[in-house]
Amino acid sequence: MAIPMPVTTPVTTTRKATQRPTLLTRLDELGRELWQDKLGTLGFAVIVGLLLMAIFAPLIAPYDPAAQSVISRLKPPAWLPKGSWEHILGTDHLGRDVLSRVIYGARASLLVGVLVVLFAGSFGVVLGLWAGFRGGRTDSIIMRIVDVQVAFPGLLLILLVISVIGPSMTTMIIVLVVTNWMVYARVVRGIVLSVRQTPYVEAAEMIGCKTSRVIFRHILPNLTSPLLTLGILEFTNIVLAEAALSFLGLGVQPPATSWGLDVANGRDYIFVAWWLITFPGLSIATTVLAVNLFASWVRVTTDPQEREKRFAYQRAKLAARQARRSPKAQSPKATSQGGRS
Amino acid sequence: MGGFLLRRIGQGLLVVIGVTVIVFIATRMVGDPVKVMLPLSATDAQRAAFAQQIGLDRPIATQFVDFVSDMARLDFGDSLWQRRPALDVVLERLPNTLKLIGAGLGLAILLSLPLGAIAALRPGGWVDRTTVFVGLFGLSLPQFWFGLLMIVFFAVTLGWLPTSGMGGARYYILPAITLALPSLARLVMLVRSSMIDELNQQYVRTARAKGLHFKRVVMVHAMRNTLVPFVTLAGWELISALAGYTVVVETVFAWPGLGLTAMQAIQKSDLFLMQAIVFTVAVLIVVINVGLDILYKLIDPRIRLA
Amino acid sequence: MNISAMSNQEPLLEVEKLKVEFDTRRGLVQGLRGVTLSIGRGETLGVVGESGSGKSVTAQAVMGLIDLPGRIASGDIRWKGRSLLGPDGERYARDIRGKEVAMVFQDPMTSLNPVLKIGTQIGEVLERHLGMTRAQARNRAADLLAAVGISAPVRRLDQYPHEFSGGMRQRVMIAMAIACEPQLLIADEPTTALDVTIQAQILELLAELQQSLGLSVVLITHDLGVVAGLCHRVAVMYAGQIIETGLAEDVFERPAHPYTQGLLRSTPRLDEVSDRLVSIEGTPPNLVTPPEGCSFQQRCPLSGEACRKAPKLEHIRPDAEAACWQPSVPAWATPLMSPTFP
Repeated sequence: MAIPMPVTTPVTTTRKATQRPTLLTRLDELGRELWQDKLGTLGFAVIVGLLLMAIFAPLIAPYDPAAQSVISRLKPPAWLPKGSWEHILGTDHLGRDVLSRVIYGARASLLVGVLVVLFAGSFGVVLGLWAGFRGGRTDSIIMRIVDVQVAFPGLLLILLVISVIGPSMTTMIIVLVVTNWMVYARVVRGIVLSVRQTPYVEAAEMIGCKTSRVIFRHILPNLTSPLLTLGILEFTNIVLAEAALSFLGLGVQPPATSWGLDVANGRDYIFVAWWLITFPGLSIATTVLAVNLFASWVRVTTDPQEREKRFAYQRAKLAARQARRSPKAQSPKATSQGGRS
Repeated sequence: MGGFLLRRIGQGLLVVIGVTVIVFIATRMVGDPVKVMLPLSATDAQRAAFAQQIGLDRPIATQFVDFVSDMARLDFGDSLWQRRPALDVVLERLPNTLKLIGAGLGLAILLSLPLGAIAALRPGGWVDRTTVFVGLFGLSLPQFWFGLLMIVFFAVTLGWLPTSGMGGARYYILPAITLALPSLARLVMLVRSSMIDELNQQYVRTARAKGLHFKRVVMVHAMRNTLVPFVTLAGWELISALAGYTVVVETVFAWPGLGLTAMQAIQKSDLFLMQAIVFTVAVLIVVINVGLDILYKLIDPRIRLA
Repeated sequence: MNISAMSNQEPLLEVEKLKVEFDTRRGLVQGLRGVTLSIGRGETLGVVGESGSGKSVTAQAVMGLIDLPGRIASGDIRWKGRSLLGPDGERYARDIRGKEVAMVFQDPMTSLNPVLKIGTQIGEVLERHLGMTRAQARNRAADLLAAVGISAPVRRLDQYPHEFSGGMRQRVMIAMAIACEPQLLIADEPTTALDVTIQAQILELLAELQQSLGLSVVLITHDLGVVAGLCHRVAVMYAGQIIETGLAEDVFERPAHPYTQGLLRSTPRLDEVSDRLVSIEGTPPNLVTPPEGCSFQQRCPLSGEACRKAPKLEHIRPDAEAACWQPSVPAWATPLMSPTFP
């Protein structure tokens, strides 16, 4: 079983939690809960695997992802006739090893995803805190900027800017940060506004707590859970955006590798070499799916009501199944669930 | 109502001004249009002549004033690639994109309401599980990849549908499904979770205690409330599709819309055409936003347009 | 009204040995543990008890509002002698709910649909049960609004709930409930969420309607003063069971069950000078693992060996029942002030 360490995900800033002596037991508890959600565990395991794959790519990949070989062009995967175990997932039109490219491709996706979520997240959180805390004119100016920018023709503007500046990984990261911070600012401001009205924050302010202390002690803890879920979901959006931009030729540039770029390269060969688009595309889908599965576990786990509901449904389903098996155990009257049907 | 609309239109103006400034900064200050638009083989004399033609030799402030007045008069210059006014190209391609969005989003909206509602009625049932499954996959599959797989399967292997381009109804099927997939996923998940929430609300208990048919409780009481977030998200889907999310689908299926034109403009280094596209879409989004606000008011009486 | 005069009449609503369970992560919560009660025509029954005692669950069971994770485990609910449970019963129940038996809920702020016009929400009951056309329903809805004391009713029909105050919304709820001239109205803490002055108005309205329409009313409340003012009979609930029932005046004057005594003792009174509020010590039992025997034994000053066995609801007087091994024994010394107080 993978060691459950949710803190490895990009946006967990559980600074407070690390100071508590019970961190280990809490992690242990969380691990047990995760283990009960098979899909969540699967997602988590895949994420850990992908991270390891990206970090240790040079050790794992059988070939240099950029190494070309004219004699072994368009080789099919190993299990097909004409395939060979030298290139398990086959080779592309330049004779490059597909498996190695898939392994290295994880780097671009994860790096862009993590960096954009970190930068856009910090920027958005700071502006959201500022707006929510200062209120008044600061708030209305920041929120007006958010409103205006949300109504921009986002992707078209991105395309224009990238085409003028010239595509590169750095350009892509900057542009994605600049166009993705608003959602964090909105969420954070909303929470700050509602938390500030709670009696305990009013009390803290009334007895003269420093602003920084109010923010770090009282407001940030309320932000961690929604920001965690938001950050994870945004991560999937960024991974998909990176893939799409690279597919359009405006993201990662050769000779660097990216899954989106590889799908674009394989596009001209879809009639003769289906594996060229299949494996990189599958990698993107697997990454995003794994993160989504993990995210839905995180969401349910951080929401006590949802947890209770899920439990109740599971139990009711079980009871219904048992009732069907032994119909005499319950009278027909007793199975009534209220006048729904 | 009037005051509210005025404020929204004012905000729309801010959007258009913001877009104008960004386009100006990107094209005139960060990037060099001469370098971008002229071929590498161009002589220095040609470069100087071009710079003078588009006014690059003048001070930056004058350039900005000219730029803004050009935009205000909808004069975007001639497309270098097509050698005719850029706006003509945009207006010629825009309907194709609108048709694609209409088909794709229409599909997503029509499917998501009943699917999400049925899923919410029987949580854990097979419709629910299928819905969650479709939702997860719709959110996880890269759109361009899904489109390519559809081409390989339905167009190449089975030969049922055309691979690309625009024509009769058959040409719409694959691009519309591809465009619909992520929107459908988001919308269906929203309908499902919102319906589950609404069915737990106290007013639903009131409606049930009134002895109303369950169909009416769901379709009128809960559904009307679900429509509030649904319209918000559907509006967002419409706007982000216009904002360029059709580019990917249009590129994959060679659909002659605005998105494909934008990609071609980039490849041909046709900055003027690109400007025209961005500006037109920005204005379109502003108009749609105002329309959506009126729609929200119709659906949710608690919103005051004051 | 005389109870014995009514007893030869068939009761409207009978609840018999009703058990309701809630399947939660903490375990199987036994919400109702065998509740039996009946209401005759024109009668007003007050159901009192603290939160979690099962008052509202009883009402919800009658109205078919027990949802997952809850379920009716056993027992029966009968309307005019016919069961409301089981497939046949549910079909019958759908026709009488909203028509012959109606309910007013606790929180008027959330009980009305925020995006439907008031006229629509009242009208749909009339269309459903009385087969009225939309126009007929609209006219009748305006009359109903006037009947519950809402001015300019025709204009109000086209407004939405957020345009009404809390008290006005509760009036709308009542108008909706009496739309089809029901025989029984269940009011689940109808005034808890309202201001004190509005509370009195709403209760007055209920009393008036009860008189003019000859309604039977089940009034669920934790406010003993409300019961004393409005109800003929009272049922006291504790931990999912009825532990005492009888004529309202009797129960208040001569409470038999120690819990009822404690409840009355802890009700602050205006006509007595008291330095402090008193309460019953301890908390109600956990309904996942209810104690063997009497559920009040841990908090009861009188509890003894006998209380290990569960007492049944038995007649202590002709019109009164209590579930206690030592009914009518004063459980607390009369002086309400603590003797240790200096």
